[in-house]
Amino acid sequence: MNNEYAIELKNVTKRFGEIIANDNVNLNVKKGEILSILGENGSGKTTLMNMLSGIYFPDSGQIYVDGREVTIRSPKDSFNLGSGMSHQHFKLINVLTAAENIIWGLPGAERIKMNQIVGEVNALCDRYGFDLNPTQKIYDRSVSQKQTVEIIKVLYRGADVLILDEPTAVLTPQETQKLFNVLRNMRKAGKSIIIITHKLNEVLELSDRVSVLRKGQYIGTVPTREATVESLTEMMVGEKINLAIDRSEPGKPELRLDVRNLTCKNREGISVLKKVSFTAFSGEILGIAGIAGSGQKELLEAVAGLEDIESGEILYHAPDGSIEKLSEMAAAEIRDLKISLAFVPEDRLGMGLVGSMDLTDNMMLRSYTEGKHFFTNRKKPKALAERVVDKLAVSTPSVETPVSKLSGGNVQKVLLGREIASSPTVLMVAYPVRGLDINSSYTIYKLLNAQKEKGASVLCVGEDLDVLLELCDRILVLSGGIVTGIVDARTSTKEELGLMMTGSKVGGQKHA
Amino acid sequence: MELLLTFLQKAIGQGISILFGASGEIITEKSGNLNLGIPGIMYMGGISGLMAAFFYEKYAEVPHPFMGLLISFAATLIVSALGGLLFSLLTVTLHANQNVVGLALTTFGVGFGNFFGGSISKLAGGVGQISVATTASAYRTSIPGLSEIPVIGPLFFSYGFLTYLSIIVALSMGYFLANTRKGLNLRSVGEDPATADAAGINVSRYKYLATTVGAAIAGLGGLYFVMEYLGGTWTNNGFGDRGWLAIALVILALWKPINAIWGSFLFGGLFILYIYTPGLTRATQELFKMLPYVVTIIVLVVTSVRHKQENQPPGHLGQSYFREDR
Repeated sequence: MNNEYAIELKNVTKRFGEIIANDNVNLNVKKGEILSILGENGSGKTTLMNMLSGIYFPDSGQIYVDGREVTIRSPKDSFNLGSGMSHQHFKLINVLTAAENIIWGLPGAERIKMNQIVGEVNALCDRYGFDLNPTQKIYDRSVSQKQTVEIIKVLYRGADVLILDEPTAVLTPQETQKLFNVLRNMRKAGKSIIIITHKLNEVLELSDRVSVLRKGQYIGTVPTREATVESLTEMMVGEKINLAIDRSEPGKPELRLDVRNLTCKNREGISVLKKVSFTAFSGEILGIAGIAGSGQKELLEAVAGLEDIESGEILYHAPDGSIEKLSEMAAAEIRDLKISLAFVPEDRLGMGLVGSMDLTDNMMLRSYTEGKHFFTNRKKPKALAERVVDKLAVSTPSVETPVSKLSGGNVQKVLLGREIASSPTVLMVAYPVRGLDINSSYTIYKLLNAQKEKGASVLCVGEDLDVLLELCDRILVLSGGIVTGIVDARTSTKEELGLMMTGSKVGGQKHA
Repeated sequence: MELLLTFLQKAIGQGISILFGASGEIITEKSGNLNLGIPGIMYMGGISGLMAAFFYEKYAEVPHPFMGLLISFAATLIVSALGGLLFSLLTVTLHANQNVVGLALTTFGVGFGNFFGGSISKLAGGVGQISVATTASAYRTSIPGLSEIPVIGPLFFSYGFLTYLSIIVALSMGYFLANTRKGLNLRSVGEDPATADAAGINVSRYKYLATTVGAAIAGLGGLYFVMEYLGGTWTNNGFGDRGWLAIALVILALWKPINAIWGSFLFGGLFILYIYTPGLTRATQELFKMLPYVVTIIVLVVTSVRHKQENQPPGHLGQSYFREDR
């Protein structure tokens, strides 16, 4: 029987305790088609796909593969049905080679014939236009190569349906294009591809149809040709949103930070920052772009005094005209100068907040040293916690709730809220909207803009180049710890940034 | 020369218990289970083999050495495998903390050994009276002919079959981990169970099997000590801290069974070096007994300075895995 649909989901529901992650979702994907699943974080996209790949089991509803109703109880069942998932967080084992990662878990002759497998992998790569060395270990590969391994892993298993979870989150624009070309080749070969994303322009560029989820509810499916950024956002969020970020002209910029030839080494003695020089001014937002792990974190930490500096200096020009040498000061002293850092790590908790402590206590982490008494004073931090909850619309039962009980977006609002409350003169944020929904993201952008207008110098490490281009005044690009360019965000393009991110220097463009 | 030969021979003899323990612990740790119960399980393995042989010799009309060997060998495998099974049940199924369970199991196992050791001593007629000489003779039989060759004979062929078994186990385990699909799957379970699970590998089954088999192998170290080393008797706490040496050896061997072979001989040598070093007092002896641990610490320092990913412990060692944990 030849069925038009490779996979059909009917009325699929999944609950985690009280929370309904997917509520009566209906979805289908045709053969030889690229379907996008669009939704904000927490809308249930990944949960839905995890049910297709057998990691979760639906509470009710049916799944049809090739027109037959099937039960997927384990990832193995899913492979047997010819579907495979490439996860957002790579499911690869670092100490094994690419080829080993591709074959483990598969049945076959007990003794491994590595040469033969390497040959098969190479053949697959040639067919779809991948670029890969199968005998290289995973840990010394770039992110995009790791992703290639993930996808080949799925193809090697003979999958006809490929599910990609946020595949472009970690890629440069050029790498993204390369991936899209490979995906188009696969569509031509008759494979079905489901791509989970929240980036609207990618949806419009690549897919044939778009299905939208919102808070676990299935909203609808539209052909991409008929969709626009505005219509899709409205489906995702449920209301019209103004997607433009107001960017005011920097008013009376004064020099705040002057970083000269900064070099930092990590514990293994490898330079993570090489002769980095830049300046940051009051009343402007300086964006920092780069592939993950290019030295963004180290740069901010060096300014905050958390990273040992090998050579070079960091000068801080205080509003009263005095000049301080940050590179020779301890982290606590730097903080007293109202230079604050809010870093949102991938797991969102790790840095800056203590998960098991409540909101008030987390506010106190920042300020308890100001008290002079033996006993701590909870009144002020509590008031601050309440203010943050109120102003940033943090959804929490009370300020006494442990932070780890909050959802990721709310945790982030608490972290940023606390840093902004100390009215910094230099505010450094890294990945401030990581994992946030559109509404919260725009709240954060507004907060950053408000700080800028107040005269703070804002340094913002971001992932989404489109946003950086709209939000920032200037953008500094790092590649492997080297500044490959500082450009004016008003005139630069994504392609230009992408080129610099991969290491091509743009000649001497230093805008004021 | 004579002295050196005896020293090497004794070093190898000391090493075999440790090698069994380390091999068992390596395969366990490759599944991500840190079984600190291995020292206890080795006690359990030793005493159960001894008890089986004791009762066989007591009740059989004419005890046959080979039968005694079979019975005690099987008893050791079963009891120590049960120790591993208990560890898996508590840590894999019930998600108990691996360190706590392991340490409890060691305390339990040592007590188990000493309790039954004491009981059968009483049955045998008093402390030091217990002897399963018939069975032990089977364990101590060396290869006839070859062991007569001067120098080479005593050095390589003067041991009972458990010695050769320990090396075969370590070698085949090395091959299994590096060159087979099941070995690859096992390593991935220890490195990252969530990933292995997503690839369709039954994580719990691998953890259970590796831990149980590993415990059984480690138990043989106790059996070797009781039968070949002591010649079929029991002294309470006689096994000492060889179990902990086995766990230290896993680190020294960088989780590679092949390295554990020479490592065990090195540890065996260091362990008895104080006997062969003249002029030691009771106090300085103790310093010499620290040598194996000093070597382990040096190896730890060196490998962490070199920071090669392959030389690190399995990524998920010591943590339990729960699929829908988000």
